[in-house]
Amino acid sequence: MTKYLLKRAGQALLVLWAAFTAAYILLQAMPGDSILIKFQDPELGLSPEQIAKIREYYDAGGYLHTVLGFLHGDFGYSVDTGTPVVERLAEGLPETAKLATCAFVLAVLLAVLIAFGSAYSGRLRGLLLAVPSLFISVPAFWLGILLIQVFSFRLRLVPVIGGTELQQLVLPVLTLAVPISAPIAQVLARSIDQVLTQPFVPVVAAKGASRSWILWRHVARNALPPTLTVAGLVFGELIAGSVVTETVFGRTGVGRLTEQAVNAQDAPVLLAVVVLAATAFVLVNLLVDVLFPVLDPRLAT
Amino acid sequence: MSLLDVRDLTVAYGRQVAVKGVSFTVGQGEVVAVVGESGSGKTTTANAIIGLHPAASGEVLLNGVDIAGWSQRRLRSIRGHGIGLVPQDPSNSLNPVMRIGRQIGEILKIHNYGDRADIRRRVIELLTRVGLDDPERRAGQYPHELSGGMRQRVLIAIAIALRPGLIIADEPTSALDVTVQRRILDLIDDLRKEYGTAVLLVTHDLGVAAARADRLVVMKDGLIEESGGVREVLAAPASPYTRRLFQDAPALTARPYKPFDAAAEPAIVVRDLVKEFGPFRAVDGVSFEVRRGTTHALVGESGSGKTTTARVVTRFAEATSGEVVIGGDPAGPRAFRRRVQLVYQNPYGSLDPRQTVAAIVEEPLRNFRLGDRTARRARVRELLERVALPGTLLGRRPAELSGGQRQRVAIARALAVEPEVVVLDEAVSALDVTVQAQILTLLEELQRDLGLTYLFISHDLAVVRQISHTVSVMSKGRIVESGTTNQIFDSPREDYTRELLAAVAEPVR
Repeated sequence: MTKYLLKRAGQALLVLWAAFTAAYILLQAMPGDSILIKFQDPELGLSPEQIAKIREYYDAGGYLHTVLGFLHGDFGYSVDTGTPVVERLAEGLPETAKLATCAFVLAVLLAVLIAFGSAYSGRLRGLLLAVPSLFISVPAFWLGILLIQVFSFRLRLVPVIGGTELQQLVLPVLTLAVPISAPIAQVLARSIDQVLTQPFVPVVAAKGASRSWILWRHVARNALPPTLTVAGLVFGELIAGSVVTETVFGRTGVGRLTEQAVNAQDAPVLLAVVVLAATAFVLVNLLVDVLFPVLDPRLAT
Repeated sequence: MSLLDVRDLTVAYGRQVAVKGVSFTVGQGEVVAVVGESGSGKTTTANAIIGLHPAASGEVLLNGVDIAGWSQRRLRSIRGHGIGLVPQDPSNSLNPVMRIGRQIGEILKIHNYGDRADIRRRVIELLTRVGLDDPERRAGQYPHELSGGMRQRVLIAIAIALRPGLIIADEPTSALDVTVQRRILDLIDDLRKEYGTAVLLVTHDLGVAAARADRLVVMKDGLIEESGGVREVLAAPASPYTRRLFQDAPALTARPYKPFDAAAEPAIVVRDLVKEFGPFRAVDGVSFEVRRGTTHALVGESGSGKTTTARVVTRFAEATSGEVVIGGDPAGPRAFRRRVQLVYQNPYGSLDPRQTVAAIVEEPLRNFRLGDRTARRARVRELLERVALPGTLLGRRPAELSGGQRQRVAIARALAVEPEVVVLDEAVSALDVTVQAQILTLLEELQRDLGLTYLFISHDLAVVRQISHTVSVMSKGRIVESGTTNQIFDSPREDYTRELLAAVAEPVR
């Protein structure tokens, strides 16, 4: 068990390092020069020597120096604003964390509703099972705009600007959650169907158990592992989705920060965002790996 | 009034009618065996009685009340309480992620047996009653931590938890080793006597039915062929089908032993074979020889190392030490595969479901680049004829074949490259008695005509007695005893062999 966990943790570190290095190399190779974009403005009246000095200030140290900096929690300075990257991240992170967590929880709830709803059979089954395909084919930016149109302008349920924190959160969370819930629902529904065909299910029914009893006390836990794997994987999409969602709804957050950094070719910020996203992704999947043997005792040996 | 009175029961799967107007009764405390081959409708009948499959028409009277038309909700009060179920396959019949204690306690909880402490006490009591050691610890374990026999005991504990008047036991022992089989059947018998519970025993095993039941119901194609007291039916079966079933059942007929000629040269020589998995020694110094053109059986219970031995002999696993010589000289890996072929237990699993029969049988020929396309096609036809399959099956896929036909395809595939040795790993264990008898006859014919040498791995002593010339009895990785089939069956020297044989020789009451 400990060996299993150590192995997973080792793999996670390797993935993090690879993500960091790939991002570093790609950002270095990026065409265009963020320093020139920012400082060549004639109004600033900087001489080439001064620009060279600024460049030295930002590029200081190269790869190894940057790695060591990251290990110490020092992510360098934003080329765009000149402030430490850590400060810019700290500004956006809580907002994005709130958005992503709510969206993830909602996505899981939606998925469970769809999958278990369809498992109770009846006439709705076909309809419910078509929902994930619909959800996954809806682009996030379009859904966001549609939601604003309907709920803010037409129905006037949620103000476009201002309002309570909850009001501000509802539409972005929905926009982010819907596409993510689709693959989770799909896999959960399939797993439930598959578990229902197993021989132990009629044995439980022969004890006199009801359909709900069978589904919630027996099928659910057996259907969970494959669903968790998918949930861990779509967590990555949550990060990508927050870029679009935060831009559409004009929220501050890491997604918005990413968008700004891309426009300004702000390499230090982008590198930090990539590492942050990779860390979150790796941690979530590590958690999934840890949960696996807990959910299925056969894996614990 | 009978405890259970099934009248004119009909059950359908979609348009296909699986049970066609079946009637029989089970009296208080009586054991009635429903016997038949797979597809005869016996399991469907059992499931329909507890409403796990809805009846299309007919009546199911339990204590005089017709429950056939009851809703699922209403049936829940009967299930577990009035009728208990002991299912077929103990390895998959328990929820793998729930502790044993909870799975037993659950039936008590569903029927409001009492509070937590009451349930807890009763669970331990039940575990003790079905003969599990250290019941406190067992209650906290998961199914995979228990052996097949122990799991079946747990399932019996669930079935008897509320002392139902009737227990439906659907092939309760077919997945178990013979010695375990006997103990489980004894346990069911004891509980029946103790509680006065009636048992509806669904089985394909005539030996089990003959030894344990008061009355027999023989089913075929959804109809009852014959029913009556065990003794009467055994002594004078009225229907020709029942007669054939008795003939095909290897346990019930004694044929002469195969003559063994010790003069032939050995085709397989195994010397001091050891196979270790980490610290565990699965095969511990096994030696035997098989003469050319004869059949050597490796018998033993699960975990005895017989399948591991077969895997090493076929070079699907590497020996830790010792040697295996086939055909007199060491062969390279590719030449070896032509010499030795394998037929598995499960004809469902060992055939690619997406390939046609023709492609399956042709594949080894293509792998070894034997002949051009026309020559290969001709050879495939010849092979199908050899295993007595009609040429019309060439384009079919495994799902469209019966179990017996699938195993014939697997045998044809094994014969394609003209091997000297065929290793048969429980090759007939999954088949019905009649099909089993046909496949065994086919194997005997092939051996005679092609001079094949068989290594026959089986836990079924009745089959072994019929097909093999020599036998090695294995237990815990070692060969306990070996000799000609005649010696082993008629004058066993070891206690272990005697115990195995005693478990098979079910006396007819």
